[in-house]
Amino acid sequence: MAFLTDRKRAAGLGSAKTGTEHHWHMMVSSVALCGLIPFFVFTFGRALGGSYEEVVAYYSQPFPAIIAILTFLTGFMHFKSGVQVLIEDYVHGFWRKALIIAMTCLSYTAMAVGIFAVARLAL
Amino acid sequence: MVQLTLPKNSRISVGKTWPKPEGATNIRTFKIYRWNPDDGKNPRIDTYFVDMDDCGPMILDALIKIKNEIDPTLTFRRSCREGICGSCAMNIDGINTLACIYGMDEIKGDVKIYPLPHMPVVKDLIPDLTHFYAQHASIMPWLETKTNRPAKEWKQSIEDRKKLDGLYECVMCASCSTSCPSYWWNGDRYLGPAALLHAYRWIIDSRDEATGERLDQLEDPFKLYRCHTIMNCAKTCPKGLNPAKAIAHIKKMMVERAV
Repeated sequence: MAFLTDRKRAAGLGSAKTGTEHHWHMMVSSVALCGLIPFFVFTFGRALGGSYEEVVAYYSQPFPAIIAILTFLTGFMHFKSGVQVLIEDYVHGFWRKALIIAMTCLSYTAMAVGIFAVARLAL
Repeated sequence: MVQLTLPKNSRISVGKTWPKPEGATNIRTFKIYRWNPDDGKNPRIDTYFVDMDDCGPMILDALIKIKNEIDPTLTFRRSCREGICGSCAMNIDGINTLACIYGMDEIKGDVKIYPLPHMPVVKDLIPDLTHFYAQHASIMPWLETKTNRPAKEWKQSIEDRKKLDGLYECVMCASCSTSCPSYWWNGDRYLGPAALLHAYRWIIDSRDEATGERLDQLEDPFKLYRCHTIMNCAKTCPKGLNPAKAIAHIKKMMVERAV
């Protein structure tokens, strides 16, 4: 048992002077996804069920390819920030940091794979 | 990792069933959480029967009747009995509220009473609110000024005074903070709805000159940004206040000064 005053315990390490940037980023990416997701579903739906040649031809057009790339980019950035909050909520100690690192790696990897796949179809 | 199940020594067992009052025809059953730190036993639920024809209409009336006439060891806080002091906050029928202003007619069936959730229990229905009060003190709940004049009272316009409505009424009963899942999991760092509502009350006060410092102090992923607008705080507040809205206003001010 540490002999700390209640006030010291409540103050902890003080303010981290951060958090607003994360909050603002979540809001901006949410708004962006509100616009992007309907376009992505619409364009993806057009290509769904087509042959390989048809899909390649469709994603060679700038509009569906750019929409898909922007959706992957924004979506996984939003996912990264959102899951970070989730981990911070429920996991404490060493595993909090470890899981945030793992989730960040996963997000960037998924983003890169998605963009590479679309670029390969488009170019 | 958060603990989703109760530790062994907190698991609740069935307690004593007290005898029914003789000759009573209008009886209500009360199932009340009991825990005594001195007997080394797990918490239990005791069952009491109260003659409603000889009892006031509020939950606190029944608790006082039980303590006076059935079981004097039942322990709970109470003072003003009219929703002003905030002492008798407890979990009644699954809702954090004040026993003194919660009517028995609002509950169907047995009345189940527990202490405020996710707080250390001192005894029976009394939670340990030490950390909660220290968090309130940490947001500097007083008028902070740097200008020396006027040396007497500082005036406030009617419009500016109106901004404090819905904030100053908070009685610090802790119903909101103890209903908040974010406060359950990270209550050591997250200030919780009550402290943040009070923080906003002073941030928005036209006479206060420490707005920037107050916002600086709150700018933290845990102190402020653990609020995910779950809204349990607004739903449970026995005074009908909306701490989530106050927190949203703080976040808006944070964005305004950054973007």
